[in-house]
Amino acid sequence: MTEILQLVIYGLVLGSIISLGAIGVSLIFGILRFAHFAHGDLMTLGAYFALVFYGTLELPMPVAFVVALALTAGVAVLLDKLLYRQLRRSSPVILLIASVGVALMVRSVIQMVWGTSNVVYDQGITMPYVVWGLRIKPDWLVILGGVAVLVTAVHIFLQHTTMGKAMRATADNMDLARISGIDTERVVMWTWILGAALAAAAGIFLGMDTRLHPVMGWRMLLPVFAAAILGGIGRPYGAIVGGLIIGFAQEFSTLVLPPSYKTAVAFAIMVIMLVVRPTGLFRGRS
Amino acid sequence: MSLLQVSELRGGYGSGADILGGVSFRVDPAEIVVMIGPNGAGKSTAMKAVFGLMQVRGGRLTYKDQDITGLPPHRVVRHGICYVPQEHNVFPTLTVHENLQMGAFLRKDSPAREMERVYELFPPLKEKRRQEAGTLSGGQRQMVAMGRALMLDPGLLLLDEPTAGLSPKFMGMIFERIQEINALGIGILMVEQNAKQALGMCHRGYVLAQGHNRLEDTGANLLANREVAEMFLGG
Amino acid sequence: MELTGLLHYGVFTLTMVGIYGVLALGLNVQWGYTGMLNIGVAAFYAVGAYTTAILTAAPSPDHLGGFGLPFIVGLVGAGVVAGLLALVVGLVTLNLRSDYLAIASIGIAEIVRLVLKNEAWMTNGVRGIAGIDTPLASLVPGYADLGYLVLVGVILALVYWGVQRAFRAPWGRVLRALRENEPAALAAGKNVLAFRVSAFVLGSVIMGLGGALYAHFNGYVSPSDFQPMLATFLVWVMLIAGGSGNNRGALLGALVIWLVWSGTEMLAGLMPEGLGTQASALRVFLVGLLLEIILLTRPQGLLPEKPPRRVDE
Repeated sequence: MTEILQLVIYGLVLGSIISLGAIGVSLIFGILRFAHFAHGDLMTLGAYFALVFYGTLELPMPVAFVVALALTAGVAVLLDKLLYRQLRRSSPVILLIASVGVALMVRSVIQMVWGTSNVVYDQGITMPYVVWGLRIKPDWLVILGGVAVLVTAVHIFLQHTTMGKAMRATADNMDLARISGIDTERVVMWTWILGAALAAAAGIFLGMDTRLHPVMGWRMLLPVFAAAILGGIGRPYGAIVGGLIIGFAQEFSTLVLPPSYKTAVAFAIMVIMLVVRPTGLFRGRS
Repeated sequence: MSLLQVSELRGGYGSGADILGGVSFRVDPAEIVVMIGPNGAGKSTAMKAVFGLMQVRGGRLTYKDQDITGLPPHRVVRHGICYVPQEHNVFPTLTVHENLQMGAFLRKDSPAREMERVYELFPPLKEKRRQEAGTLSGGQRQMVAMGRALMLDPGLLLLDEPTAGLSPKFMGMIFERIQEINALGIGILMVEQNAKQALGMCHRGYVLAQGHNRLEDTGANLLANREVAEMFLGG
Repeated sequence: MELTGLLHYGVFTLTMVGIYGVLALGLNVQWGYTGMLNIGVAAFYAVGAYTTAILTAAPSPDHLGGFGLPFIVGLVGAGVVAGLLALVVGLVTLNLRSDYLAIASIGIAEIVRLVLKNEAWMTNGVRGIAGIDTPLASLVPGYADLGYLVLVGVILALVYWGVQRAFRAPWGRVLRALRENEPAALAAGKNVLAFRVSAFVLGSVIMGLGGALYAHFNGYVSPSDFQPMLATFLVWVMLIAGGSGNNRGALLGALVIWLVWSGTEMLAGLMPEGLGTQASALRVFLVGLLLEIILLTRPQGLLPEKPPRRVDE
């Protein structure tokens, strides 16, 4: 029983990190209609930005966190202006291929600047709390709290601000949004800001939970996509549920499979979902 | 001074052939103008051209004496022209209220007055204001779409077949509302399949055929015209 | 001495161009002809390489086999196993939209990578499989690689001839019809899934052959040879640069991009000592940048697709 509960905790932590990435993938897909393959590498980039401000410049973590989110969002907006925007008239598939190129370029820059070895935010080992035989690392509380705050913020943004509503409207029907006078270019910009900031947060939380490495985000891409598809692509709320399901499934799979095959589990769930119900649990776009 | 003046409009989609071969029409202030014609006559295309939704290759468009030829839709909106497409004209996952708010996206001030006006025009929308627009019936969706277009307090409203696919009950209701909107001083240009009812309520009408003007007259005269009767009113 | 060095470099370059040419032709069948986004080229490439390694290497306790079988068996086996993998994957995923297929193909590549790394009984894990023969090494005495280059050239020519024929055959025309306007082809009563699966399998068989050619050239395979993104990505850049849908373009792309890739190695060599990691990252960055520039300025590639003549003309 303790073992199961321990896995629930692992799954919750991993799942909420995946959720943050999946919300961004889902939003970007909803507005721009392409699968953004550089999303995992934006996660990595955010994690390393935070390392600069926390590890090197020794600012407090919350400050480093906010700065890293802002910088990652800035990079995404820049990428959109220089590249994606120019390609938007061609087919979404071309955008997808371009984003694969971006993924590699971002990762190369990270390798050039920070090298390829593992890095951690804090040296040394923090002792986990032990509650009823369950081990709980203090970092996990920070991660879960952070995810809860961010998800709430996204919810408020989407439901109660004009830009958030315009974003949902644009995802519904971009032509009608334009006809109504919605500045869809600004909506696109905010989509990148939101998606990239959430990706950066996911990367930082992943770095806190494990370690930083130039391919940490790329390795998360598959679970993140799986979560977005599971939740119904283009549906940010579905992505949250999808992320948690993938997180739990990956952790529980370690009961029967070697842990190195966790990613394969996410993949299997995704393929089954795509075959059985391609619109996802919450009827995303087909 | 006419509100909208369109002269010798030519154009089509993308690099395709011209659908409009030189169409001219105008809408005077607070006037209801109807365009009718057989399928493929270019009625909807002409309306889309006004709104910058297709390639204009010749001719001139002015609104309140300002040149709007070739402007993209989001610039046309700023001049005070609003457009209600025939299909996909609501945001299905947004509530009715949010749909109306999106119509007011460009406003810097509060759209409370317009919102109230729309709810007065279409009382069923007030009841369903928290419901997702995608769950509404066709007629109710048309109300949302027209309501959304009214939120900017436009000078000219473009309606593309507002009664297409509606039951006779809703059709009559929509036509009544269009007249009420017009009574507020808003010019209306609409494309209609239900020629009889539309000509019966409009000030003037145009008959288009194969991308050209065919006839132009008051609604009553067009209704009485034998050619029109044969073409559209079932003889 | 210098001449020998240059000759050796030339032979190495041409052999690699030949191997990547085979991969690019395989991808062209999938993407260029049919519009299927396979971002998991490395999976089929690696499966081909490991299949021939296990079939042809000398017996070893470290991994499955080897069975010491001749090169030709390894080559055919590589194509067959890669094709079977593609068949299984294809039947499940090819009904999906192209972007979902792209995501699924990344999953395949990731799973293949995990299996190669973790199933040591079969693959010897990260230590890899050594002792793979290079055939025809004695064709030109003193120039071991020259003989193999000839072999690669012959196989590349055969593959080119085959895909070119397939491209012009009715089968190829149906594929393009499916790519351009699926509903119309569907209405014409074509079994879309069967055509897509067959194209996916054919492309993957060719990639498997490319993997086998690489294994026999290198004499050694390990998971680090198939860093998924590098193998996959280079092939993609080659195809897009050369011209998707055009087999000559695919070959030209393989040549040009391999030269660029080698060129970046020299450029990276100019960087200070001790920056090896940075240098190889810089190379990847430059190729990524090249891809974006091509997409922005010449998306149709160097040799754009032309509607082909019929075979019988």
